[in-house]
Amino acid sequence: MIEKHILGRRLITHLLLITGALVMLYPLMWMLSSSFKPQSIIFRDLSLLPSQVTLDNYINGWTGLTVPFSQFFLNSFIIVGVNVFATVMASSITAYAFARLNFRFKSVWFVLMMATLLLPGQVTLIPRYILFHQLGWLNTFFPLTVPAFFGGSAFFVFLNVQFIRGIPKELDEAADVDGANHFQIYWHVIFPLSLPALITTAIFTFIWTWDDFFGPLLYISNVNLYPVSLALRSFSDSSSTTSYGPLFAMSILSLVPIFIIFVLAQRYLVQGISTTGFKG
Amino acid sequence: MAQPSTLFPEQSLDKQRVQDRKRSTVSERARKENRVGYIFLAPWLIGFFVFTVGPMLISLYLSFTNYDLLTSPRWTGLDNYVRMFTRDNRWQAALNVTFIYVFTSVPLRLVFALGVAMALNRAIRGVTIYRAVYYLPSLLGGSVAIALMWRQIFGTDGLVNQVLLVFGIEGRSWVGHPDTALWTLVILGVWQFGSPMIIFLAGLKQIPTELYEASQIDGANRVQQFIRITLPMLTPIIFFNLVMQTISAFQSFTPAFIISGGSGGPANSTLFYTLYLYQQGFGSFRMGYASAMAWILFIIVGGLTAVNFLGARRWVFYGDEGGKR
Repeated sequence: MIEKHILGRRLITHLLLITGALVMLYPLMWMLSSSFKPQSIIFRDLSLLPSQVTLDNYINGWTGLTVPFSQFFLNSFIIVGVNVFATVMASSITAYAFARLNFRFKSVWFVLMMATLLLPGQVTLIPRYILFHQLGWLNTFFPLTVPAFFGGSAFFVFLNVQFIRGIPKELDEAADVDGANHFQIYWHVIFPLSLPALITTAIFTFIWTWDDFFGPLLYISNVNLYPVSLALRSFSDSSSTTSYGPLFAMSILSLVPIFIIFVLAQRYLVQGISTTGFKG
Repeated sequence: MAQPSTLFPEQSLDKQRVQDRKRSTVSERARKENRVGYIFLAPWLIGFFVFTVGPMLISLYLSFTNYDLLTSPRWTGLDNYVRMFTRDNRWQAALNVTFIYVFTSVPLRLVFALGVAMALNRAIRGVTIYRAVYYLPSLLGGSVAIALMWRQIFGTDGLVNQVLLVFGIEGRSWVGHPDTALWTLVILGVWQFGSPMIIFLAGLKQIPTELYEASQIDGANRVQQFIRITLPMLTPIIFFNLVMQTISAFQSFTPAFIISGGSGGPANSTLFYTLYLYQQGFGSFRMGYASAMAWILFIIVGGLTAVNFLGARRWVFYGDEGGKR
């Protein structure tokens, strides 16, 4: 009796979860299937399996702006690549200082760093823009990449500090006894051992930079330098409602890199979120 | 584990260095470590002053000026602030819209996150798949592509109206009507409950099962268990989620920008605070006014965070492990 009761409860839970999952995913699947539907039936055909399949949307969308999407993807990958490298290195170096070294005012700096998490970016926005404007960096990738070399986000420093604290100190001490200095200890012991935290940092940096819209909106107005996010916006502005197909097709393509990460690196995503409380 | 001593063979043979080390006093080592510490900290420290502290001070100064980027800033005292609070209807609208958005989307998002997390914590089979599916929207949600999709879904001939048509209901443009446009953004925000859900799920796993077993013996039912065990044990995590989600909801920009085409319309109904700030600063080049707006936002967010922290004393329960966060 009791077991049947539990079984029934389980079944209801699963049914609810499956229904919820379908509701959650339906918009995404609808966009995916619409991107393969001919223009004329997108708004008439509700079903997820297109009655006619066409690649026209992808072909037309790819060259829908004056510059082909290949250029936008290349721009995005350059910006993202530099940011990933810079953020991983800068946050790891900073984290080593906080996790392993003793220096004056260490706790003050640490508190200040964590406090930046609570600071709305808008407060520094205007002067940053003025700075980059005066440096002549508008319409270059510098405003979107250079800040990452200087510590990146406090989120990632914190993530790496937490991880490095978990590495046994005996390893540092052994290397120290062998005469290794702090730079060698960092590079040969801590850096390789904190690989999981570095991967998590890289993944989140990838996703956030890839999705970033506000930064490019501010600093990039030359179409040749558009990343994908900005290109999609201007595509949607230039196209009328009748060309939703190509817009959907390019939207789907813009999500592909994130989706690949999601499939391959879910473990790191979940770990990163649970240990630091990242927003996803 | 590999012998660490083999990592640096050339140094381990260097007797001279070992002797140097013996001679060096403790304070010398500490001084050296202090220097090394600042070398490692240097990139962050430079960034902190160049990209955070410096700009903060400058924007505070600019908030008391008129500045259009072309001519030098002109000191106007409190004019920007006075204008904001007394004469700027769009600012009032923006504040209003943002408060409605934050105070609806954040609680709803947390309720969904907790509810689904509890269901997932119970259903043993397929948890990883469910978790992945529910998390996906929150991972993709920040992108322009999703905002564009949302605009279409709630458009005149969008997905929602097509579904309504099946039931014979004539819909309207949900994003195009001032009464409903903001709610499409709230739904978009709630749809992305995945990341707080994962934090809750990790928290639920930390609650000792003995608590539930003991209460079961005492005859507690599920509702009682939820109120007396789950909720109190989760309060630190609820609190953490509440603080972080509130801060990020206040700064939400992309969905409102995309869905309203940058206007914040119809009738200012999606004029998020950050969107209006962007319009002032980079549309009208009122950089002084935009800086003043940013500082007010900072004060509001900081104030709410402080209220959260003060209120937390009354409802956040830190167990024996103590308030480590």
